[in-house]
Amino acid sequence: MLEIKNLHVKLEEEDKQILKGVDLKVEAGKVHAIMGPNGSGKSTLSYVLSGRDGYEVTDGSAELDGAEILELDPEERAAAGLFLAFQYPVEIPGVGNMTFLRTAVNAQRKARGEEELSSGEFLKVVREKAKSLKIDADMLKRPVNVGFSGGEKKRNEILQMAMLEPRMCILDETDSGLDVDAMKLVADGVNALRDEGRAFLVITHYQRLLDHIKPDVVHIMADGRIVKTGGPELALEVEKNGYSDILNEVA
Amino acid sequence: MGLPKIKQDATEARLSALDLPGGEGWTRAAREDALSRLQAAGLPHKRDEYWRYTDPRSLVEAEPPMAEALPEGDEGPIFGAHERLRIVFNDGQFDADASDDLSLEGIEIERLSQAAGADLHWARDLYGTLETRGQTPVARPLATLNTAFAQDGILIRVTGRPSKPVSLIYNHISDSSDVFLHHCVKVESGAELTLLENGAAAARLNTVLEVEIADTGKFHHVRAQGRDHARRAATAIFTRLGRESVFKSFTLTVNGALTRNECVIELTGDDAVAHVAGACVGDGDFHHDDTVFITHDAQNCESRQVFKKVLRNGATGVFRGKILVKKDAQKTDGYQISQSLLLDGDSQFLAKPELEIYADDVACSHGSTSGAIDEDALFYLRSRGVPEPLAQDLLVLSFLAEALAEIDDETIAEDLIARLEGWLARRRG
Ligand SMILES: Nc1ncnc2c1ncn2[C@@H]1O[C@H](COP(=O)(O)OP(=O)(O)OP(=O)(O)O)[C@@H](O)[C@H]1O
Ligand SMILES: [Mg+2]
Repeated sequence: MLEIKNLHVKLEEEDKQILKGVDLKVEAGKVHAIMGPNGSGKSTLSYVLSGRDGYEVTDGSAELDGAEILELDPEERAAAGLFLAFQYPVEIPGVGNMTFLRTAVNAQRKARGEEELSSGEFLKVVREKAKSLKIDADMLKRPVNVGFSGGEKKRNEILQMAMLEPRMCILDETDSGLDVDAMKLVADGVNALRDEGRAFLVITHYQRLLDHIKPDVVHIMADGRIVKTGGPELALEVEKNGYSDILNEVA
Repeated sequence: MGLPKIKQDATEARLSALDLPGGEGWTRAAREDALSRLQAAGLPHKRDEYWRYTDPRSLVEAEPPMAEALPEGDEGPIFGAHERLRIVFNDGQFDADASDDLSLEGIEIERLSQAAGADLHWARDLYGTLETRGQTPVARPLATLNTAFAQDGILIRVTGRPSKPVSLIYNHISDSSDVFLHHCVKVESGAELTLLENGAAAARLNTVLEVEIADTGKFHHVRAQGRDHARRAATAIFTRLGRESVFKSFTLTVNGALTRNECVIELTGDDAVAHVAGACVGDGDFHHDDTVFITHDAQNCESRQVFKKVLRNGATGVFRGKILVKKDAQKTDGYQISQSLLLDGDSQFLAKPELEIYADDVACSHGSTSGAIDEDALFYLRSRGVPEPLAQDLLVLSFLAEALAEIDDETIAEDLIARLEGWLARRRG
């Protein structure tokens, strides 16, 4: 589904190389996890894939279902089925969460040549999905993420994912800031979406999330590269020993 | 006359193109008084300090610049769902057929053009009075011009709490219409009125609204200035507030080549509250000026100014807001914020906030900012599949939300938001 080859990325404004040759292939139906020390480039990878400004791709490619995406606008990537749950969800004062969700859902439907949802239909679906994430009516009414707690913001990201039904979901530290119960809610939300036609790339520092969302493959990222790839046991190893053994081994 | 030659010439040229409207009695006297005041003051010139950021030439010159009216039906209905008493003017001409019957329990409504012979003490005492008071410390000659030459206007005396708002609807018909309208509202003690205004009105519009609010009276004002592209407008509100009275005014402006909205507020009774707010969106050949002057002359009064401007493609926004707190106006609470969202580097926002405080126990704050669109928010929206132009418009609405929140009546606020959304959607194509 997602295939990244030899991806090199530097900052547009300064001469700083952040991704130094990332190779990664995520098949449909699979859950891949990426772990790695702070500053290794995990969020950068997720931003570059979703089309944020400020980065320059100096080499390599990223394909979604065989089509190059790095030239597309962020909204085109979204319409093609890519979704990023942000490490730091953005607050948008003055735009109601509900308005935001409906605008996004309908924009994507329109881009794909599908009928827009009527407000009745939309409301029904939102209420149901919000309920399972314990997002109350008040949070739906409030401006996007404004005054939300850290955990509420993360749950709101998962609600957006559930509404948009993307096929390639990237979750950047969605577990950080979540209490144990919220972690479970978020994991349930993700698991509910798992299916043959959908893939996940889960960026995390902790095994805890992976207890709930069982990954098929675990990658270790360091200094802008994937330095090691393995099964779920790799995450357990990181949890137990940290990164130094792995990094020494590949150095 | 003692006026600089250039001013004197411009003033004479303008006056020679106008005739004092007919009628005898008190209106005639007020008009003649205004005319002589105007001859002494002269019309504004761009070298006047008070017109430093806005060139008044097209508002002053004898021939009004042409402005094409929007095709009929293009200006979507506004306040449409609201129960209201409709009073319609076409190019400043009262349209009796399109207007409702001018009677409503709790208020008296008269037309200025019919008032000359009538014995309307309250109107006679008000017409031109607050406008005259508003000439110091800064001259506002366009308002004086209006007092002299107003073709018509509505005179309202509010004695109770009418069941619905009075809604003034201004249609712009002719490409060269040059219109003066002068309204007076007298809110008696304990009475309450909501006044709505909307429509482009004319190629060139000059309005004055004088509002006298007696103790414990309340006045709410919401207007949507017409979005005809080339229209020009100079509006002035003069209000004086008695004890525990409330004045709240909100203006939405989308489009229009030139708009100068002045608001002069005098808080003369203790514990009075005055809020004035505005939101505008301008694209290209658009110049929008909010000039506010608030005088605190009583204790424990609150004033609040909230202005937001969205500018793109070389549009210009101006804000001048002054809070004057007189010596005995202790416990004054004055707040002022003006902000612009500049969607490109060609647009500009000029702000001049001023505080002049002679009392010692006051809390006054003011702030002004100018910023670009929040790139993080824009990316966030786009990453959810919202196309860039739509994402930008959502952020425009988000930016204006704080100003729109100043409107107390939610259904009216929704109307204005819908107007904005419609305008933005048409822009997007
Ligand atoms: N816009 C930027 N300006 C300057 N440095 C940047 C920018 N974006 C990323 N970097 C740098 O690139 C490196 C990778 O950052 P990134 O956020 O991708 O790391 P990460 O792996 O997600 O870290 P964490 O686990 O702490 O979230 C860091 O050294 C970071 O400081
Ligand atoms: Mg990160």
